[in-house]
This record gives sequence, C-alpha cells and structure tokens, in this order.
Amino acid sequence: MILPLLFELRQRGVKVGMQEVVGLAKALSYGLHDSSLDEFYHIARSILIHDESNLDHFDQVFSHVFKGVPYAAQTLVKDLMDWLQNPLARPELTEEEKAALKELDVDELKKLYEERLKEQTERHDGGGYWIGTGGRSPFGTGGYHPTGLSLRSGQNTAPGGGRSILRTADARRYRAYRNDLVLDVRQLEVALRKLRSFDRNGQVNELDLDRTIDATARNWGDLEIVLRKPRRPNTRVILMMDVGGSMDPFAALISQLFSAAKRATHWKELRTYYFHNCIYGRVYRTEGLREAVSMRDIFKECDSRYKLIFVGDASMAPYELLGDSWAMEEEDRISAVHWLIALRNHFSDSIWLNPDGREKWGREYWSNSSWSGSTVDTIARIFPMFPLTVAGLEEGFQSMKRICS
Amino acid sequence: MTNRNQFKKFTGTEKYLTNRSLESAVNCAIALERPLLIKGEPGTGKTLLAEAIAAALELPLIHWSVKSTTRAQDGLYLYDTVQRLYDSRFGDGDSKDIKRYIRLGPLGQSFAAPHRVVLLIDEIDKADIEFPNDLLHELDRMRFKVLETGEEVVAKERPIVVITSNNEKELPDAFLRRCIFHFIEFPDADLMKKIVAVHHPKLDHELADQALAAFYRIRGMDRLRKRPSTSELIDWITVLSQSGLSDTRLTENLPFLGALLKKEQDHLSFAELVKTSQTGKRSSNS
Repeated sequence: MILPLLFELRQRGVKVGMQEVVGLAKALSYGLHDSSLDEFYHIARSILIHDESNLDHFDQVFSHVFKGVPYAAQTLVKDLMDWLQNPLARPELTEEEKAALKELDVDELKKLYEERLKEQTERHDGGGYWIGTGGRSPFGTGGYHPTGLSLRSGQNTAPGGGRSILRTADARRYRAYRNDLVLDVRQLEVALRKLRSFDRNGQVNELDLDRTIDATARNWGDLEIVLRKPRRPNTRVILMMDVGGSMDPFAALISQLFSAAKRATHWKELRTYYFHNCIYGRVYRTEGLREAVSMRDIFKECDSRYKLIFVGDASMAPYELLGDSWAMEEEDRISAVHWLIALRNHFSDSIWLNPDGREKWGREYWSNSSWSGSTVDTIARIFPMFPLTVAGLEEGFQSMKRICS
Repeated sequence: MTNRNQFKKFTGTEKYLTNRSLESAVNCAIALERPLLIKGEPGTGKTLLAEAIAAALELPLIHWSVKSTTRAQDGLYLYDTVQRLYDSRFGDGDSKDIKRYIRLGPLGQSFAAPHRVVLLIDEIDKADIEFPNDLLHELDRMRFKVLETGEEVVAKERPIVVITSNNEKELPDAFLRRCIFHFIEFPDADLMKKIVAVHHPKLDHELADQALAAFYRIRGMDRLRKRPSTSELIDWITVLSQSGLSDTRLTENLPFLGALLKKEQDHLSFAELVKTSQTGKRSSNS
C-alpha cells in the first residue's frame, strides 16, 4: 500500500527520498499511526511532505491509492519493511541511494517492530489500549491489528473512521497552495552568491582580534585595542534583460532570475535594465520599456568595476544587430553591435546569459554551417556566453572571477 | 527504546486548541526526534505552538528568534573575547580560564540543559539563505565542539525542536528532508468560535457571532493586501468588548476597523466594497 503512495508522489515530482521513507517506517514501527488510516494520513503527510504546495499532490495521491481498497495496518508496515529489506532489487535507485540504504539499520528497525509486536501481545489484555476484539493472528501474517483499520473503535473516530480521512483527502483543501511552476529561485539565489566579493570600508569600528592580541603582546601585556573597517559586500552588478518577442517563452525564467537577483543581499548595488532585441542607444527601467535611460548616462554613472550581465537569446535579424540604429540623437545612430562592443570595453567583467539551449550556439554551433553567421554567434564573440541555467550561471561567474583576480 | 507509550503525548492546552493533524505531527516529531517545521499564514499561532508544547509537556522553553544577521554559530556559543581582554587588562577575574568566556547560545543551552527542553527556532527564513544548512549537522547529531576549549557539548536528552517559517525564503531540500512538516491552516468558523471562546470566555454570543461573520466577510474580500488573521480578530474583539458596545449591529459600519486592517489601501477597498453593497441593496429594494 505504501509503495504506490511513494512512487506516485515521486511521479508527481514530490521529492520523497530515503530519509522520508525511513522516517515513516520508524514512525510506523513505533505504532504512531495507532493503526488507523486517519492517523496514518496525518503522519505520512507530515513526514513525506515538506511544502504546502505539495499538500494537494499528497491528498490526491492518497485518495487515489487508498480508495476502495480493503486495507489493513499490517500490510502497510510489512510492505515497507519488505521494500527496505530488498533495495538491490530496485533498479530505479541510484548508487547513492543504495549506499544510503545500506547504512540504514534495517535490522534494528525490524527488531524494534517485532518487539513492538510482542509488547502489544502482552499488554493487550490489561491495557485495552489496542483494539482487538477480533481474533489476533500470529506473527507471520502478522501485525498488530487483525481487525483492520475500519473497525477501529473508541476515541473520536466515527464508525468507519478509516474512510473519513479519504473524505478529507478528497476535499483537496490545499489546492490553492499548489504551484506547478518548477520554481527554483533558491537554486538561482545560491548561484548568484558566487558573484560576490568583500571589501573593508566604512567607519573603523570593528575589533580586529588577531592584531589586538598581537599588539597587546608587543605592548608587554598591556591591552592595545586595534580596530578595523567592517567587511562589506563590494560587488556592483548591472543586469540587462531582453524582453518581448523571441524572449517571451523565457519570461518566467527571467522573472525568477530577477527576483533572485533582487533578493540577493550580498551585492552593494544592483541595477536592472530592460531592452528589446538589442541595445540601441538606450535601455529601459521597466519591463514595459518605459523610463528610458540613455546609454551615455550609464557609461557616465557606472565605472568599470560594475559587472555587466546580459540576459537574452541574442537572436535577431542580422540588420537589427549590424544595421545603423534608429536612435533619437543623431550621434547615437550607430549599430547595435558597436554598442555591445563599447559596453564590453567599458566594463572589465561582462557575460551574456542565454536562456536558449546551448546546442544552438557556441563552438559546437560553428560547425553547423546552416546557422553560421547568425547574430548569436556574433554576440558570443563579443561577450562570453553561458546558458541561463544554474550550472551556466556558476560557470559564468567563475569566468568573471578569473578575469578580475 | 522510545515508543508511543513512553512519551507524553501532546494534545494541546487550555489556551491552545489543536486538531488531529497538528497533534499527530507534533507527536511524530517527538517520537522520531526530528525537528518540527511549522509554516502557515502569519497570526495562526506558529510561535504559540512551541509555548503550548512546552506548557503541555511541562518542559522549559528556549526561544531563539532568528534575525537577518543571525548566524548558525550564534546559536551554538559565543566566545566573549572582549570581556577576556578586558579582564586580562584590568584584572577582574581569572582570564586564564577560557571557559568563563564561552557563552552558550540558545541551541547550545538546549543541548547542555540537564533535562529535555523545547527549543523554538523562530522565523528561520529571516536568516541568510545558508543558515539552515549550517545547522544541519548540529540538529542531526545533537552535539558540537567548542573549538576554543576542545570540549564537546552533547545533548543529554534530545530537545524537542520547533522551527517556524513565514516562507520569505525557500529552505534547502536537505534541511527539509530531516523535518516533520506541518502547515497550519487558517481555522474555519467553528474552530475560530472555539478559539474566540478560549480567549474571551465571557463574551456575548451575539457579539461573537456578528464579529466572526464580519471577520470572515472581510477575509473573503479578494482585493486585500494583508488579510486579517486570528490574532487580529482576538484583538478586535477585545477592543469591541472593552468599548462597551454590547448592542452593536456589526453589519455595515464596523468600529475599530484599524485592529483588523493594517494597510491604507485595504481600508479604501473595504470602504468601496461597503459602498457598492449598499447601493446594490438600495437598488434591489426599490
């Protein structure tokens, strides 16, 4: 009974791993589920699910798996124990998972479970805690609760209480908390952390312990306090994002990157600008291409220390990149490629992140003659280009670090 | 061996009402000795839960409220170098004894406590994004080493760890895997009635019903920036009952709305809603 639950959860993208399974097995062997499906539902949910957006998945899977099945508590436990005992027969496990499984003391769990069984047998008569009006079957087929879940009496479970939880599960109250977007802002945030550096600046108000001790020792033990400037983040970042047109399919990804970047607290300054297609003399402060900022202002305001990150698919018609632009001011009417080169020369560190798959550009792509000479290629020769994935971000930031160090 | 008969089960307290699913989650966390992660709307009593567990099980509570500047190390111990330097210079006390300058943080205290305690790590999402990962090892093994003295602080009895999160940052998977998770739902009208009754036992039934109806109507508005929650309702009812409004009609004009709605836009959109509903009524009357 449990296995379909686990695998169906996994199928739905709920990351249930060994740690959860073992936790659940342990909880069951302690008898926490009180041999009722109600309790099992609550316990399994609290162990298997870690995020309210997955609660709805759990409810659905649970009601699907347990609907109309004559379940008994013992099969739950037994299934899980059998499964844990025999991990090598499960090709779907990775090597890592298998290793993790080996470390687990399955035997101990099993022992615990059996002790529990014995204990229950002994206590049953006096305690009256466990229900057991029906005949108890021996160990082998065994389990604590021969009468099965639905006959559980007492406490606050209504007759047929085993079903009521299915009603709870069916109600799907957590639907609103679900988010089917594969949000991985966190991963992006972690990747963005790679791009940070610190510098000591500001007021001299932090105790420099090592130098204080050193100075004190040199001062024949008389205390000599040495202060220093606190360590502060010193990375300034300009994020330029292509919006609209061919970038529309990537809008969600871009907004994730944007929110991750906005939340990053380890940068001294973050400027975000938007453009469409390519740079033509000006960029915009808003996604809707309002509040234009002239490129000349950016060159004036930002010195070469800023790290420039372009985000875009770099795909456009060749004339859009190479032809003269239609900028307002006459002197700005130079082709987009010139703007890009000017930007690259102005900033010491710059990269281009491309949400479009890597197989389409870069070196491999040169050999593919039908594509050669496209704008992606031209731009990839101006800026180091990396895919907009977590790995790509890390690689890109690594390259920036190399340049500045 | 731990088993369900050997630990005291948590079933809520007089002041803190629970439901089955919350109780199972708490008891599961206690039995499996894993941290309990509580999420939910602000004002649904996440922090109070830890207090309730401590009260119900008669254990002391150690409260660690996490801030944006909190580091994992702060929870373990602090080495008060400044005090030591001061003492060495001005001769107050024995500065050779380094132990005197090790101050245990909340996590350290909960390990070092002679008996089992409840440790509340409040609003873990406030801290740096790596913070939960830095705690993994200590929470798993329930021990850490004080580097300055080489001593190891080992938990004699694993504390019951309750962690709350407001979802400001996502928590790392590795951390989540080790936790028992519970999402506190917003109470429905029945439970809310009981909760109100717990806090205001002498409250007039009429007033309570009307206040609840008004409250759920406001919560039902879809344009609110910040929806009022349990704690705001309790506050509001306190104000209502203390102001001596016994015979109120809480239908259109809601007094002391400031206790429920905390944003200016929300007041505006509420006024608008009242207006449209009134005009709607008038037109239907005519």
